[in-house]
Amino acid sequence: MASSDESQQTEATATIDTKVHSDSKGIGKFTDVKVDGLNADHATKGKTVFDSKCSACHRVDETKVVGPGLKGVTKRRTPEWIMNMITNPAEMTQKDPVAKALLAEHLTQMTFQNVSDDETRQILEFLRKNDL
Amino acid sequence: MSLSTPYSKLVLATAVAAVTFTTACKPKKAETVISGDAAQKVYVAPGKLDEVYLFASGGFSGQVAAYGLPSGRLLKVIPVFSQNPENGWGYSEETKAMLNTSHGFIPWDDAHHPQISKTDGSDDGRWLFINGNNTPRIARINLATFKTEEILEIPNSGGNHSSPYCTENTEYVVAGTRFSVPIEGNTDVPINTYKENFRGALSFVKVDPKEGHMNIAFQLLVPGVNYDLARSGKGASHGWMFFTCYNSEQANTLLEVNASQRDKDFIMAVNWKKAEEYLKQGKGKKTPTTYYHNNYDERTHSASSKVEKEVLTLDTRVLKDIVYFIPCPKSPHGADVSPDGESIVASGKLAAVIPVFSFKKMTDAIAKKTFESEFDKVPVIKYEAALAGEVQKPGLGPLHTEFDDKGYAYTSMFVSSEIVKWKVDTREVVDRIPTYYSIGHLCVVGGDNKKPYGKYAIALNKITKDRYLPTGPELTQSAQLFDITGEKMNLLLDFPTIGEPHYAQACPADVILKNQKKIFELSKNEHPYAVKNEKETKIVRNGKRVDVWMTAIRSHLAPDNIEGIKLGDEVYFHITNLEQDWDVPHGFAVKGAENAELLIMPGETQTIKWTPKSTGIFPFYCTDFCSALHQEMQGYARVSPANSTVALKSGIGETAPKNELAKN
Ligand SMILES: [Cu+2]
Repeated sequence: MASSDESQQTEATATIDTKVHSDSKGIGKFTDVKVDGLNADHATKGKTVFDSKCSACHRVDETKVVGPGLKGVTKRRTPEWIMNMITNPAEMTQKDPVAKALLAEHLTQMTFQNVSDDETRQILEFLRKNDL
Repeated sequence: MSLSTPYSKLVLATAVAAVTFTTACKPKKAETVISGDAAQKVYVAPGKLDEVYLFASGGFSGQVAAYGLPSGRLLKVIPVFSQNPENGWGYSEETKAMLNTSHGFIPWDDAHHPQISKTDGSDDGRWLFINGNNTPRIARINLATFKTEEILEIPNSGGNHSSPYCTENTEYVVAGTRFSVPIEGNTDVPINTYKENFRGALSFVKVDPKEGHMNIAFQLLVPGVNYDLARSGKGASHGWMFFTCYNSEQANTLLEVNASQRDKDFIMAVNWKKAEEYLKQGKGKKTPTTYYHNNYDERTHSASSKVEKEVLTLDTRVLKDIVYFIPCPKSPHGADVSPDGESIVASGKLAAVIPVFSFKKMTDAIAKKTFESEFDKVPVIKYEAALAGEVQKPGLGPLHTEFDDKGYAYTSMFVSSEIVKWKVDTREVVDRIPTYYSIGHLCVVGGDNKKPYGKYAIALNKITKDRYLPTGPELTQSAQLFDITGEKMNLLLDFPTIGEPHYAQACPADVILKNQKKIFELSKNEHPYAVKNEKETKIVRNGKRVDVWMTAIRSHLAPDNIEGIKLGDEVYFHITNLEQDWDVPHGFAVKGAENAELLIMPGETQTIKWTPKSTGIFPFYCTDFCSALHQEMQGYARVSPANSTVALKSGIGETAPKNELAKN
């Protein structure tokens, strides 16, 4: 029964290289995120949240632990995609082609860690700073 | 799938027989009374939720089971008075204290009567109370977390049976003693001095309206008989509580014969507002006793025990006009109060009628002192003076009555195995339906509320012969679901239960769902060994005690390599589940642990104590399949000899301990 779905899924993900840039904004509540100069205060707050809720699975260098290393993530992904991935990971890995490909690569479903919208924006700022 | 197994044939044959013989005089089997649309009425499609929560006691299992109705699906077993291996309840360091009593650590009890907290006489879905019968206790379960938060021991009690019934606004839950016992001064007395030395204690447990915390406000010392069940007044009768009593013969041996001599036993009517007045006037007496009070703190995820040393008592031999007896035919079991609070239905197990008393007539009789006698200094109201009327020929062995929203009462008949429906104002029987088999309590959704929900009645049965595939001498017990929306009751479903479903209460799912908690917020975790962040994990030695501060997240434990534990150490693994995602617990087990395993909810911290018995490498792992890489969620603890020089170290990945050989 599920075989046709599965083969489609494999086809859809097979063509995506997760290491390169994608314009996808992902799926979720963030459709238009403005970024300009770095907000250092937000970046500091974002680091605190990242340390408690993300660091068990992600490093900020290139090392894969449970999930991918996050160095360069703000160059590879749009701000909307990053914020949707943090707040809506289950739907993202089901519907967004890039997130689907990442799940196939890392095999662990990313979890929503009860991060607020403000905290999500702060994490984005921390990751931007990490990529400077 | 093939239908050729012998059992399928049997089922088909029975179904055919049922169709053939519906008009013949065969004993009614389930197949003959099920109406055609029963399956549709209990079918809850995948993805759809049940309409009603049913909370049934596990009887001798000591737990509570939550079922969904109309599907009859078991949703959850909530551990209360018994250790529970599934989640380490009563085994983990955090929860052991919940089972402390003045008799020591008691890992098993008998739980009978769940009671949902009430506001204005209706189920409010905040807490569920239930009694521990054998070692008298009352537990409070938080219905936002489905976790037992408090267990209060009841002193001066034996067989905490008429318990824990709550008043209209949960001002009190009561705990009446089934066995009277000697309670003050020298309790080492001959058993046959029952009449002189034994007394009953009815405990009124105050419930804090905000947090639900319980404490014994006072105990009424009452005549030495057996107190069986209770119901509070409501509406018209708010401020009163009604207890059934048996053994007014005050027998102390061969009760089956000796306690059924008299034609009538009693309902005890308690005016608790009057008792409160006496307390205000300082008439209570502080009596020394010892009992435990255990609380589970939701912020620290940990329980602690407190020992209480005295209780306030009011003696009904001294203080009059708190309690009255109403005669009630032979060995009454339930005393149930109608939604308007005016009718008190009493069921004499051995009686041929169901007497219905009028609250108004009862209070008039008290005002006019229409008493027939005194029993141990308590006035006995004349039967006819309090009686509204009798339900004639209801069936054999009436036990319990609950009410619907249309003016009908439903009484369970233990001996004749049926439910009898009758009209409260005329007391005429209008319908009856068989149960499978030996029904004890029954439950109507909201059936003890001022405004019952009605719709379903649930039979809680003692015997299940022939209902399911046989499993050996010990069969599961069962509950049955009836549609009571029409004139005639209709059987919809029967389903097996855990333990004995002694009594149950049910309320619409919405009432519970609105308060549901889905995760424990990490930022609010105040457990002393909580780790909010993987970088804070560590291992600390203090003499022979080793504490491991560990985290769990999909899909690793941190630290996952531990060295430097020595034989003779006591190791405490404190594990914090870092997930903040609903429905992702992690488990924890370590080889050779003589305790159970742990199951840790998202954001929670739980502790298991491990005393290694030999040197070597001990694997530990997550027991709850949590992700594709669940099998990889594991680690090793190294145990060295007591005199070893291996340093205490722990880590994960590049921080894991390296290359330290044993040197002895
Ligand atoms: Cu796990």
